[in-house]
Amino acid sequence: MLRDALAVARKDLKIEWATRVTALQVVPFAVVVLLLFGFALGPDPQRLEPAAPGAFWLAVLLAAVLGITRAMSIESSAGAIDGLRLAGFDSAGVFLGKLLALGGELVFLEFILSVVTAIVFGVSLAGYLWLVSATIYATLGIVAVGLLYGALLVSSRVRETLLPLLFFPVIAPVLIAGTKVWQAALSHHPSGASSWLEMLVVFGVIYLAIGTVAFGPLLEDA
Amino acid sequence: MNPAIELRDVVVFAGGFPLLSGVTLTVEPGEVIHLAGANGAGKTSLLRTLAGLAPIRSGVARVLGFDLNLERQSVRQEIGFIAHETLLYEDLDARENLRFFLRNIDDATEVSARAMQRVGLLGRLAQTPIGQLSTGQRRRAALALLVARAPGLLLLDEPHAGLDAEGRALLDGLVREFAAAGATVLISSHEEGYVTPLIDRIVTMAGGCVVPSASLGFLGGTDAS
Repeated sequence: MLRDALAVARKDLKIEWATRVTALQVVPFAVVVLLLFGFALGPDPQRLEPAAPGAFWLAVLLAAVLGITRAMSIESSAGAIDGLRLAGFDSAGVFLGKLLALGGELVFLEFILSVVTAIVFGVSLAGYLWLVSATIYATLGIVAVGLLYGALLVSSRVRETLLPLLFFPVIAPVLIAGTKVWQAALSHHPSGASSWLEMLVVFGVIYLAIGTVAFGPLLEDA
Repeated sequence: MNPAIELRDVVVFAGGFPLLSGVTLTVEPGEVIHLAGANGAGKTSLLRTLAGLAPIRSGVARVLGFDLNLERQSVRQEIGFIAHETLLYEDLDARENLRFFLRNIDDATEVSARAMQRVGLLGRLAQTPIGQLSTGQRRRAALALLVARAPGLLLLDEPHAGLDAEGRALLDGLVREFAAAGATVLISSHEEGYVTPLIDRIVTMAGGCVVPSASLGFLGGTDAS
């Protein structure tokens, strides 16, 4: 399983390196979303600073939908998913491999976005450890849920429009908890957000477990 | 010796639509079969079912000794499948694709290099993303994976499509080599002229079923048993 996971992660990152879809399309899209939030709120720091955490996480979720769609379209294009099946890849390994690759790409995106957020919204990134922890566990949940729904819709002709509809309601707790932890960290009272961080951990671990078990059957039925 | 393929009253559905509606077919090891029939007759569905890619609703199905009702995933690694699409990653080149799909082979680099040489994917072609190759070159890349895996059962869906004369000769040579080595081959094709010299018999499909042998016209003595 681990060997297959590493092979799939390496393959997905190789495809990203060759096509630069995340770097040249998804990241700029997320940055534009953040800038638009800034324009909508206006130059008043009193309005910008409190909105920064929510804007950051909304931009992450919108960009994540693009990343998830791309991650699954790699498999559906030219019937590669049948190639995976015929080569006997372990389905849990495929899930973990895609999770590793997409998770890595999202963490890269979140790093860029956090810098842009600091600049556009005029906030200093205090409580660094809390921000990083929340971001990593939230990313785990976002990617695990996204890949599950991505697998469910991989053969659907309307997956681009249906995925956000299914994904956003399920991922709402991550948006709320991530925003709460970031708010607490940026206001220099991070310990008040420990229960929200715990929620992100539990959410991520639960969906990691569900994904490891359910990804195979979902792909088989695709 | 047990048959390579043994199907009895096999029914396959996709959604609520029957793809195969009671296929009965026996193929002996080493046989080369032409799967004939009009568009929508069920040829591709039969090949996908034999490859373990489509679940069986009812019936008995054994392929290379594997029960498709219970061991659908196990049979897959014994199958070489040339489909309408390449089943490869279009953003990776042939060399990267082969190394990825042959991950369990110790000398995957050497095996894939030999396979690409065998199908004529050399130099720049081997390092060009599959999506940027011509249809014939893509087909050669898919054939390279087939050569590298050396499967016991070859399922070829319109394999001559998009190939030039040299490519067709390569494909025909590979089919003969695999058959001589004992592999069983099913070729779904509308191009009888290309397929006839390769085959032992014809199996005709219509409406998701194998048509009884008595109704077959050419090659005389062909049957579905």
